Amino acid sequence: MYTWSFAPIAQSADLFLWGAWITILYTVSSIAIGLVLGLLLCFARLSGIGPLNWLAQGFQELFRCTPLLVQLLWIYYALPLLLGFDLANWAAALITLSLYAAAFYAEVFRGGIVSIDRGQSEAGAAIGMSGWQVMRRIVLPQAIRRMMPAFINQSVTQFKNTSLISVISVAELTYMASIVNGQTYRPLESYTVLAVLYFAILFPITKFADIVESRTRGGH
Amino acid sequence: MTSVSTPAAPETVLEARGIVKRFGALTVLHGIDLALAGGEVVSIIGPSGSGKSTFIRCMNMLEAPDAGEIRFRGRQVGSSFRGKGDRLGQGELRRHVGMVFQHFNLFPHMSVLENVIEGPTTVQRKPRKEAVDIAMDYIAKVGLAEKRDARPDQLSGGQKQRVAIARALTMQPDALLLDEITSALDPELVGEVLGVVRGLAEQGMTMVIVTHEISFAADVSDRVVFMEGGRIAEQGSPDGILRNPDNERLKTFLARFHG
Repeated sequence: MYTWSFAPIAQSADLFLWGAWITILYTVSSIAIGLVLGLLLCFARLSGIGPLNWLAQGFQELFRCTPLLVQLLWIYYALPLLLGFDLANWAAALITLSLYAAAFYAEVFRGGIVSIDRGQSEAGAAIGMSGWQVMRRIVLPQAIRRMMPAFINQSVTQFKNTSLISVISVAELTYMASIVNGQTYRPLESYTVLAVLYFAILFPITKFADIVESRTRGGH
Repeated sequence: MTSVSTPAAPETVLEARGIVKRFGALTVLHGIDLALAGGEVVSIIGPSGSGKSTFIRCMNMLEAPDAGEIRFRGRQVGSSFRGKGDRLGQGELRRHVGMVFQHFNLFPHMSVLENVIEGPTTVQRKPRKEAVDIAMDYIAKVGLAEKRDARPDQLSGGQKQRVAIARALTMQPDALLLDEITSALDPELVGEVLGVVRGLAEQGMTMVIVTHEISFAADVSDRVVFMEGGRIAEQGSPDGILRNPDNERLKTFLARFHG
């Protein structure tokens, strides 16, 4: 019978906390960058300008149809060879996570915007609004409400995906757990604590997403 | 200024010349001409698929004609949002020519009042207080003053459509385009909306009305246009067109309504 012993793990509590902090930092910053890039991608897709649309779509497909781990390895190990200069592991991690997020957020935005009835844009145009005014005053306020559940889901996935950057030695939560495991030789405790920490952070967020979703449905 | 002695013919407000519209290989409008004089009420009737809705949507450039032109007070309307040279922009046209839609298209994230002041504040850049004053005037005229803070999903179809009319009127347009505005309503709600339109006609509002309500068209219109197959097949006074039709297709069309 295995005897659980969390005492050695507790001594490394600061490593876990620091790791969790780094994980949150990578999540928040890659979401922030991903949102901006994703919005640009989305507008490129909806611009009606052929080359812009194809370029944006090509980018999206590239990131949606390859594994994030492969993207990470490629950007960290292969891209520097192409560019001729080194990329720090934290930069490679942030770039990859942000681009990956952008590809998916663009689709969330696009889905929200095109789901708004054409009659809405027409009613805006019919009172003399410009395309931008229609987007800002009529379409986006409705689309944002509608895209909230998908946005939160994608962000939860983004949080979990940061665990992959441990592979290139970014000292986030998962990486810290493996350090603790190496120091204590207690994989069961180390990785259980790791899983519990992810769960403790994400469970409230997914519950919040459920509330948002049910309220959105109740709204319109 | 018009001279006092000779009553000049009312000025043409909105004019369509040779409007052609194609959707892919299908030509839905084969060169439509229609001039709307100030204060005139024109009803467009015709079977489904005759192109009447497409045509009225061309009149404020929601559909871009493939050939022909729209003129507002003599100025040709260009395809860009803002005017260029002597051309009037689409945006400018739409500030002067309101439209009401079959499916209301109220903004669901705004209250009744917010729906109605959206145009004056965002497009005409009026101060909010002034916009609210004008808006409340029209909201009261369509009989919905007590609903000013309601959300569209709390209104009946007839109420929604009256808000949509108030939204168009608050822009203080020179003309109104009404695109089958009672077609999506339950029969018992049609009357309240038509009542509002009748009031507008009596006050001299210039209107184009696409409708299936033949007897209403006969009542309020100065002129009735019968469209078929993307062409104007017949037009004239309501009496001539609706009560004594001599066009065979028009007779067939009307027979369906008279039972």
